[in-house]
This record gives sequence, C-alpha cells and structure tokens, in this order.
Amino acid sequence: MDIVERIKSELSSSPVVLFMKGTPDFPQCGFSAQTVAALRACGADFKHVNIFEEPELREGLKRYSNWPTYPQLYINGELVGGCDIALEMYRSGDLKRLLDEAHAAA
Amino acid sequence: MTTERLARLRAALEQELAPTRLDITDESAAHAGHAGAREGGHFRVSLVSAAFRGRPQIERHRMVYAAVAPLLHGDVHALNIRAFTPEEVT
Repeated sequence: MDIVERIKSELSSSPVVLFMKGTPDFPQCGFSAQTVAALRACGADFKHVNIFEEPELREGLKRYSNWPTYPQLYINGELVGGCDIALEMYRSGDLKRLLDEAHAAA
Repeated sequence: MTTERLARLRAALEQELAPTRLDITDESAAHAGHAGAREGGHFRVSLVSAAFRGRPQIERHRMVYAAVAPLLHGDVHALNIRAFTPEEVT
C-alpha cells in the first residue's frame, strides 16, 4: 500500500487518531504524554499510532500534513494540531466539544 | 554552542515573520537524556506578529515551522509555540 493510502486508511479507522512517540501508557516524549493526558481528561476514545514503530509513516505523514513534528492529533481525518494547540483547546473547552461531536457522529 | 543555536533560531524567526515581540526560552536542559535531545534543542517560542492576522493557530504554527525549517532536526528538535497578533496582546 502506498504511504498516502496507508495514512488515509489510518485516519478513517477512527474519528480520533493520535500519531505519537511511544504509546499512551508508555509515551516516549513529554509532548506526546501531555497530549494523551488531555485526551484522557476529555474522556475521549482514540486510536494511537506509535511513529517509532513506523519509520516510513513517520516521514510520509509529515509531508502529507505539512506538519514537521509529533504528536499530531487528527479528529475526523483533519489535523487539529500538535501538543500546544491540543492543550490550548483543552483549556478553552474546545477540545472536549470537538471530541464529543466526533464521537456522537461516529 | 547553545548561544549560537539561539541566535540562529532568533534570526530565522525575525527574518521570516518580522515579530514585534519575540521571546525564546531554551528548555533543552529539561529534556536532556531522552533520545531526541541528542538531535537538537527544545525551545519555547512566544511571538507577536502582524503576519498572523486572520490565520487560525494551526496555520500560525505552520508558519513558525516553515520559518525555522532549515534548523529543524539540526539545531532544533522541538518547539513550544505561542503565536499572537498585535491585537491579541493589547
């Protein structure tokens, strides 16, 4: 499967997908850990992809999304942002609202 | 070395985004020891620029990343970004 198809298939597999370093229980980067904490605080179900296990995806997604770092949070297939944006949206309540809408529609 | 890194980061942001305020904090020490920290520094960047007007946060962050693209994976491993328009800080 070509990498763009692979990315699209990951994004369509769940309304909320987090591409991160490590796993939710064993994050290997502070930014990934904080993003997981924000999602969990919102009670969100989310799928994760550990980009350390997927070197090709890791590079391909950066080009696909025009976003050079991880974590990358996607809701309904759209890039929401990285850690800073996710945390800012968590504080404002926008993250929970967006997640609740995504789960309600799923 | 850290001072030079900071200077390059500052110069790149000033050249591309003409910020009216630019604060950079080097937080590399807090991340020393994990794998990525060997590749480059962690910086906290807070900037005010008219270039951000009318753009959502995700676009502002893309603009910051684009400005520092030549430094990513060299001098810079990770950025915390806070991007404001002049109106948002007055």
